[in-house]
Amino acid sequence: MGADQFEIAVNLLKLIVIFLAMVQLVPILVWAERRGSAFIQNRLGPNRVGPLGLLQLLADAIKFIFKEQFIPANAKPFLFKAAPVIALVPAALAFAAIPLSTPVEVSTFELFGRAWGPYVFEIQTVHMNVGIIYILGVSSLGAYGLLTAGWASGNKYSLLGALRACAQMVSYELALGLSIVGALILYGTFSLNEMVQLQEGPLAFAWFGKQVTVGWLPNWGIIFQPLGAVLFLTAAFAESNRLPFDLPEAEGELVAGFHTEYGGFKMLLFFMGEYGHMLVSSALFVIFFLGGYGIPFLTQDTVFQSLLNNGFSPTVSSLLTSLVFLISFLMKVFFFLWFFIWVRWTLPRFRYDKLMDLGWKTMLPWGLMNLFVTAIAVYVMNRG
Amino acid sequence: MIQQLLPVLILFVVVIAFGTGMILLTTLTGFKVRATQAKENPYECGVAGQAPNSTQIPVKFYLTAISFILFDIEIVFLYPWTLIYRETMPEAGLYLLLSMGFFLFVLVFGLFYEWKAKALEWD
Repeated sequence: MGADQFEIAVNLLKLIVIFLAMVQLVPILVWAERRGSAFIQNRLGPNRVGPLGLLQLLADAIKFIFKEQFIPANAKPFLFKAAPVIALVPAALAFAAIPLSTPVEVSTFELFGRAWGPYVFEIQTVHMNVGIIYILGVSSLGAYGLLTAGWASGNKYSLLGALRACAQMVSYELALGLSIVGALILYGTFSLNEMVQLQEGPLAFAWFGKQVTVGWLPNWGIIFQPLGAVLFLTAAFAESNRLPFDLPEAEGELVAGFHTEYGGFKMLLFFMGEYGHMLVSSALFVIFFLGGYGIPFLTQDTVFQSLLNNGFSPTVSSLLTSLVFLISFLMKVFFFLWFFIWVRWTLPRFRYDKLMDLGWKTMLPWGLMNLFVTAIAVYVMNRG
Repeated sequence: MIQQLLPVLILFVVVIAFGTGMILLTTLTGFKVRATQAKENPYECGVAGQAPNSTQIPVKFYLTAISFILFDIEIVFLYPWTLIYRETMPEAGLYLLLSMGFFLFVLVFGLFYEWKAKALEWD
């Protein structure tokens, strides 16, 4: 947080705006999911309320507010109400540490009869130099929300769904954690901001002690770590309980899994948690393997300088640069959000034992192998 | 450290306030319908529930959790190792590579043993 009132105010505003943006993305994603599934299954989907059915979001929100807040007799009332909030917290906290764009530099200006010094505002709620550890740590707390919900509902389906969800989440957390160790060796940092900066410019690497540069490729992690990227993406699907790994809510067996007894706004909070996880996973994938907010063949300085040369003031050009990179980041993230939806309506569900086999017997060994190969390759290539 | 984590703390409070606030609000605005015996029962597919609700839980889940802790600690060791390995690459690289290789060998052997002992089977 900042030193004077202006900086504190802006940082607080930023915190609220980023959180609300994440929350607001959920109805849009639900709409995209419904329209997307309709498109894939050759149906129409919601198209009655407003243009393209977009006002359906508003209609749904009103309906959520006026739904009856029902608590079953068997449930434990306090935990039953607390579980949706617990499920929302990890996703929101994890999203806070993701760098969304380049920092905005505000030069000195006059306001209320005094000068306000130069500021640098980062487009992320909290800058962490151990960003990845923080995000992995916080997002693995997601299991608690599901477990609380399943246990407090007083329903067998809910409890079984919650247990499955937890077993699945912890199993795939191993694969998720291992898949990025290779990338961490390459970057040599835990800070997400530094990772994005390292991926700027053309492809450059050490080849037996010599520096090689390939001009026509961006310096993205996916080129060095294709196996890691595949493992990470697969584990991300399992972590956010999405098809083909949505065993916790397998409708055919468990009605709706851990949220069988939930409805109305509490259900929506679970949705926010789930879509928040999707958002965080997509953003992490983009940061690790696709250059974060970076645009290939364009650096931050080039954009900033060309805006300066076109007669914008330093503050405005810094703001516009940040906007350009924010759009680049969002485009990449939205592609992966669409990819999540696309896969959900394309692949059938795994059987539970196959799912656990995939996690423990396939992805864990491949992750270890990826780590070994990367560690040895980095050693040999840098030694020459 | 506190300075760096303060936004997280504030965000935590904001999220909790948002969640509880919305739940309280919707409790006020939501329709009230008189509860009946059938409605208050736990959800079952059209028939009355039979056994008590506290079901027995397969011990498999416990085993999975234990194995998870084991391998998660391994990954916790790997993370700081990557930074040190990268920083001290020219001098200590081979030493660090071999020592981590030995550590992982023990764990991979453990995984192999678990595999062969059928601790990873679900049936």
